[in-house]
Formats: sequence, structure tokens, C-alpha cells
Amino acid sequence: MKLKLVIPLILFFVVVGFLFKGLYLDPHEVPSPLVGKPAPAFTAPLLNDASKSFSAADMKGKVWMLNMWASWCAACKDEHPLLVEMKQHGVPLYGLAYKDTDADAQDVLKQMGDPYLITATDTSGKIGIDYGVYGVPETYIIDKAGVIRYKQIGPITPTALRDKILPLLKELEK
Amino acid sequence: MMRIFKSWLILLALIACSVANIHAADSADADAQIEVRLKALSTELRCLVCQNTTLADSSAPLAEDLRKEIRVLMHEGKTDEEVKAYLVERYGDFVLYRPPMQANTALLWIGPFIMLLIGAITLIVVLKKRSSIESSAEPSELESGEDK
Repeated sequence: MKLKLVIPLILFFVVVGFLFKGLYLDPHEVPSPLVGKPAPAFTAPLLNDASKSFSAADMKGKVWMLNMWASWCAACKDEHPLLVEMKQHGVPLYGLAYKDTDADAQDVLKQMGDPYLITATDTSGKIGIDYGVYGVPETYIIDKAGVIRYKQIGPITPTALRDKILPLLKELEK
Repeated sequence: MMRIFKSWLILLALIACSVANIHAADSADADAQIEVRLKALSTELRCLVCQNTTLADSSAPLAEDLRKEIRVLMHEGKTDEEVKAYLVERYGDFVLYRPPMQANTALLWIGPFIMLLIGAITLIVVLKKRSSIESSAEPSELESGEDK
């Protein structure tokens, strides 16, 4: 007879467990299947000089971060000051202006500071599709072998920077 | 002589026209087919920007780009399965409204059946108990009170 009373209680706690876990899950954060896979190859014109180009293959042997952003994206502007700060700490940031006009993107960098070593452009959004971008800003950490090791969906937060990004960069640099 | 030449010329022009027409009709037909396929396929794909809409219904810029990309892939002769694989490679299984049966989705697929089984077993046990109570000696007030 005791068991009869306990079973609903157990079921109740199982449901509560699932719901509790759900509280801390963000449905907008879709885990990228690209983490652990080679970064898709691309060659894109530079923002400041369209006659030159930047290619993912150029970065072989280096640890680097690819930040996809756009002048029309509000969250990117929230993130921007942190990126500028990261540059001062020597984080190898490379920018890709996603579905943006060159003039607008240049304006942002002029007004808010330029955190990128190089900024290339993806006017059509094709590179974004190859990288599985569905909402800028998105940031990738790519290791020396050209493998994606981490993806930040949405703006980089100070917590993510401290707990995940900086330790990972340090580890990969070894 | 000139007349014969002229009529030949006209005939040739006519033939050329009709051939060109057939070609145009062919490619229009192929385009229409691709549109039908695109429409069917994109109702099974999730738009990642507004997650509860399909790629067919979404007006998000990314959905537009993806539809364009699917169209290009279909023109290249890719099958529906290949197009799906292309998207899953980039966005994960989440783009599929019908999740594939694999280790991490097993609970999703089997879960309802397990629940059904548990329910059925519970029902049978309860009914059996009840019928055995009913068939045994007349239930006294004390017994039913104990049950609660």
C-alpha cells in the first residue's frame, strides 16, 4: 500500500526534474554540428580593400577567432566594446561583415573602434550559410589545424569570455 | 530562284523558333518542378530564426537565403535527401521537423510507447485487483477503507 503512494511522488519529481532542467535551456541556442569539424573554406574580399581577399586557409597553423557581425545588428553593437577590449588583450579576432554594405560596416568600425586584425565581407551571406549562422553575432574559435573548437551564439558575454573563451585560447596556443 | 530561297529561309526561321520555344518550355517546366519540390521540402524544414515556422512560411531574410540556396542546389541536380544533408551539416538535426531515429532521439521516439505500456500495465493490474475484490467475499466497509 505504501508503494502506491510513492509512485505518483516519484513521477512528480521526474516531471519536476525535466522542467527544472528546461528552465536553464535556451531553445535559441542550437548546438552547432560544426564544432569539432574543419572550418569551411572561404575566400572573401577585405572590407577596406575589395581588391585583396582573406581566406580561411591563410590561417592554417594559427589559433584565431572569427566573429560574424553586421552594422544592422543591435546585439553586435552590445558586444562591440567587449571585442575592442579583447583586442587590447591580444585576442586574435577576425571579422566577417555578414550581409552588410561596406560603407555601413566601415562606419561602425570608425565610430566604435576596430577590434579586428582583418575584416572581410560576406555580402551575399553565403559564407554565413556554410558556417551555419542563423543570427549574428556568432563567433568561432578555430585551432591550428583549422578545426572549429567552439561556437558562441549571440554576443560574447564577460562570463563566457572568462570561463570558456580565454582558457580555450590559452590551451590551444600550447 | 530567289522565291524558293526566301521560302526556305522562312521555313528555317520557323523551325528555329519552334525549337527555341520547346527549349524555353522545357526549362520553364524544370523550374516549375523545382518550385514544387522546394515547396514540399521546405515545409519539412525549420526556419532557425523564428523556430516554430517552417522554411516555407518564414519571411526571415535567412529563410529567403536558404530557399535561394536550395533552389541552386536543386538546379545542380541534388536530390531532396542531399539538400537535407547539406542543411543538417550546417545547422544540425534541429532543421528537420522529423527528427531522425538515433541514440539521442531514442527517448523522443520510444518514450510515448513506454508511457503507453506503463499505462496499459497499470490499467490491467488495477482492473484485475478490482475484479478479484468483487468476486471474493462481499467487501466490508473496513476493507475499502483500508484500500484508501
